[in-house]
Amino acid sequence: MALLGLLDREPSHGYDLKRDYDAYFGRGRPVPFGQVYATLARLARDGKAIAGEAEPGAGPDRKRYAITETGKSEVEAWLAEPIPAEPYLQTDLFVKVVLSLMLGRPAEEYLDAQRAAHLRRMRELTELKQHDSLVDALLADHGLFHLEADLRWIDLTAARLAPLAEEVAS
Amino acid sequence: MNRANGSSVGKVGGVIIEGRDLVLSFGETPALRGASLSVRRGEIIAVMGPSGSGKSTLLHCLAGILVPASGEVYFDGQRLDTIREAERSRLRRDRFGFVFQFGQLVPELTAEENVALPLLLGGMRRDEALQEARGWFGRLELEGMERHRTGEMSGGQSQRVALARGLVAHPDVLFADEPTGSLDSLSGELVMGLLTRTAREEGSTVILVTHEPRVAAYADREVIVRDGRVTTTAAAAR
Repeated sequence: MALLGLLDREPSHGYDLKRDYDAYFGRGRPVPFGQVYATLARLARDGKAIAGEAEPGAGPDRKRYAITETGKSEVEAWLAEPIPAEPYLQTDLFVKVVLSLMLGRPAEEYLDAQRAAHLRRMRELTELKQHDSLVDALLADHGLFHLEADLRWIDLTAARLAPLAEEVAS
Repeated sequence: MNRANGSSVGKVGGVIIEGRDLVLSFGETPALRGASLSVRRGEIIAVMGPSGSGKSTLLHCLAGILVPASGEVYFDGQRLDTIREAERSRLRRDRFGFVFQFGQLVPELTAEENVALPLLLGGMRRDEALQEARGWFGRLELEGMERHRTGEMSGGQSQRVALARGLVAHPDVLFADEPTGSLDSLSGELVMGLLTRTAREEGSTVILVTHEPRVAAYADREVIVRDGRVTTTAAAAR
């Protein structure tokens, strides 16, 4: 969907799409050329993009792709559709706390260690944010807010450990 | 100002401020029950903990605003809790800076007069102090706000003026108690980014009390205050 979305800006060659994808969304994991061309071929087959005439020259990157009306409406619908608000009801954090209490292990120490690990990651992301572009900061902030949500849960859980332990033991 | 004459060179192996076994109660309610904290020169440390854990009381003891019932406070190798109040007050004025949750600017004064306040109290001539104060407006992205009064500034702008006031006298230690507590996320980010950047430029140590992890993440390390004691965390300094 990201490639189709990028194509919605202007007709582009596979190479341009790869470059922009890597710059905005790749985050150190560049998309292989093969995947870009496979995706473009699929989009063309499904009527979401249309390939222009092959331009003179060598290599596979001789066609300029343009988005179709079908493709445009798909991008629009995708952008408007909220992703499922995952409640993350089975996280490792949760399992570790419950198991610790069940097994009589020090859950509070685990929570302290987890808090420290979260805060360490938050410091790294905050540091990144100070030096990188606004687009990088956007991604860092996404991570920061999620880690902060975990930390709130960690603090609340730490404050409730005694009654939790009783409930798990019963 | 102090660094210029070399008077603030750390004397205890880089430790600039330290509280040992601090105990303090408010009436029957214990606030600190043996809290210890040691902060190195130039370090930015976040003091975290739930409401009522004693984190603000700890900050006030380290800053010499409160005197602990027992325990010791050292600043730059010198006992802070046993000296006369007048001397402590002078230290607070000359060597410490403060930023609180609600900027606490003087509403009758302009922004630049507010920033100049610590310098004026330190005996600097008015025109000199104002000139020095004006130099901070650019650094804190407040150009053009020099003559504004508190009512004419947003919360974030007021807080940046308060930050300038906290740093104008080049303090050894800047104490910040929930400095973004009354701000929205974006203004808070700006204040924290500027606070840490300017404090590092100045070489000031920062003791930052906050319950917000995103604010604490600007610090080099954090400690957690729980039931009046400081618990260390596994987090290593940057």
